[in-house]
Amino acid sequence: MVSSAALTIDAHVRRGDFHLDVAVVVQPGETVGVIGPNGAGKTTLLRAVAGLTALERGRILLGATPWDDPEAGVFVDPTRRQCPVVFQDYRLFPHLSVLDNVSYPHRAQGASRQSARTHASETLERLGLAELASRMPRQLSGGQAQRVAMARALTMTPQALLLDEPLAALDARTRQQVRMDLKAALTRFDGPTLLITHDPLEAMTLADRLLVLENGAVTQIAPPHEVAARPVSDYVARLVGINLYSGTLVAPGSVELTDSGGRLRTASDGSDTLGVGQPTLVALAPSAIAVHLERPTALSAQNVWPGRIRGVETLRDRIRLDVDGAPPALVDITQAAFAQLGLDLGATVWLSAKATEVVAYGAPVL
Amino acid sequence: MSRRGRTRPPLALVGPAALGIAFLTIPLLAMVFLAPWRDLPRLLSSPHVVQALRLSLLTATLSAALCLLVGVPLGWLLSRSNSRASRVIRALVTVPLVLPPVVGGVALLLAYGRTGLVGRQLYAATGWQIPFTTVAVVLAQTFVALPFMVVTIEGAMRAAGEQLVEAASTLGASGWFAFRTVTLPLLGPSIAAGAVLSWARALGEFGATVTFAGNLPGVTQAMPSAVYRAFESDPPTAVALSLVLLLVSVTVLIAFRDRWRPGTTSW
Repeated sequence: MVSSAALTIDAHVRRGDFHLDVAVVVQPGETVGVIGPNGAGKTTLLRAVAGLTALERGRILLGATPWDDPEAGVFVDPTRRQCPVVFQDYRLFPHLSVLDNVSYPHRAQGASRQSARTHASETLERLGLAELASRMPRQLSGGQAQRVAMARALTMTPQALLLDEPLAALDARTRQQVRMDLKAALTRFDGPTLLITHDPLEAMTLADRLLVLENGAVTQIAPPHEVAARPVSDYVARLVGINLYSGTLVAPGSVELTDSGGRLRTASDGSDTLGVGQPTLVALAPSAIAVHLERPTALSAQNVWPGRIRGVETLRDRIRLDVDGAPPALVDITQAAFAQLGLDLGATVWLSAKATEVVAYGAPVL
Repeated sequence: MSRRGRTRPPLALVGPAALGIAFLTIPLLAMVFLAPWRDLPRLLSSPHVVQALRLSLLTATLSAALCLLVGVPLGWLLSRSNSRASRVIRALVTVPLVLPPVVGGVALLLAYGRTGLVGRQLYAATGWQIPFTTVAVVLAQTFVALPFMVVTIEGAMRAAGEQLVEAASTLGASGWFAFRTVTLPLLGPSIAAGAVLSWARALGEFGATVTFAGNLPGVTQAMPSAVYRAFESDPPTAVALSLVLLLVSVTVLIAFRDRWRPGTTSW
């Protein structure tokens, strides 16, 4: 493998009323997962890095080599970036066999048919796909097509790798297996990788860091566990299934919630650098909230508030209540508890949460 | 259920199906059986027939060329757009597929005839008129053949798409390399198929040709018109000419049978 360089992205693209505005550095060997709702600009970002869309302002660099720098008048054609895209629909060439599909990047670089096929065979062998070599794309299952598309990208020793929702077209069972293979391939790849996804599981398992993109702007860049535990936007909070509130630290360990009303005590601010009067985000996992029919009295929980059930949803092994109150909260309880308490829509309940479960943190300035 | 795991087809369906097969094949067999085989060389080499043959080959080839020239870009254009305008255009372009050819001939006269919508201006400006010339034969044939080309190309373009070329470019393929290795292989067979289809359709065109171009030996009398004329005075010649047209049709069918059977397209 060639020595790898970081991918520096400072991308500004305008599409009518839409502005994409992203700055991130992807380190060699690192996978940055780009997650965000539809229309957030994920694909535009990927196309800009691939060279399929030109930047309006900003720069894209591989190491010290500019790929796109409108100010300096530099634009490297996608052909010469060695930065393949694995598309959601794979885009295998339907008229070429698997072997010739994987040979394609070598042929495009001027290799003879023979030597291109030799390289391609080696790649297929290495990825355990050798027995597919003579198949045509239409004879492949979705999972196989995904692996072949990956092989076609990796065979050219890419400078950087771009994956556009690589598992989205697969059914749930295939996805698990392919995700593990993809994880292994990404671990071996020593260049920077940008992975676009809207599947939180895919993002959590494949990415070293997550970049949350909303309305063309970055709302958070952090390791997956951090994003899951301390989301900074409602979008991510919903995605990872966590209650997120914004408020102000009114006293040590006490947050006044701005939008939702109510007040939460937290035991997590000791280590944080939050100051009184400072804007604060508060995360509370639905599983950390308990439900009672009467106001609990002798309880170590320091947060207790009433609410009314306005939604009930069955998850795989538990029931998620949507409780209106100050603050409103998603609450997960077991099916047994649900039945035992005799809960239903419209029921009035009391919620409680330990101060140690309430995670307060400053809203990052991006 | 039979032992093979397939149900025996009911007689109520087999009967009509067999009737259909007989109905379609008996006329072809009749032509082959009753053809004046011994006189065939003489009949087909008569100056009258050679003239019709030559005119047919010339005009059908010119029509196919016109279809290529106009149909490929038009098919490409329609494949790139799904706007309301393009849907209307698509409908208009395919009308000649179902329009009785005679009606097509009448429409062509009304448009390009000496007193027609466009023909009037042409005649006033140049003193030349299209109807009853060889040009009229070519136009009539193109009118009925072009939709075949457009439909074939549009379908293929939709299947091929710009996306593969994009993928190729991120894999390092220059524009020309991608065109040569992706676009052309994917479209080439369709272009060829479209050309042969429109050529065959042009070769067989009769209704629009006779109406718009007439039936003048050597000028506008192509093979189908010659068959029609010969049938009144010289039936063996008509049969001989028909055999030639049958041979061409069967050849085209065999060469391209895979492309027309649904579900077996090669991409």
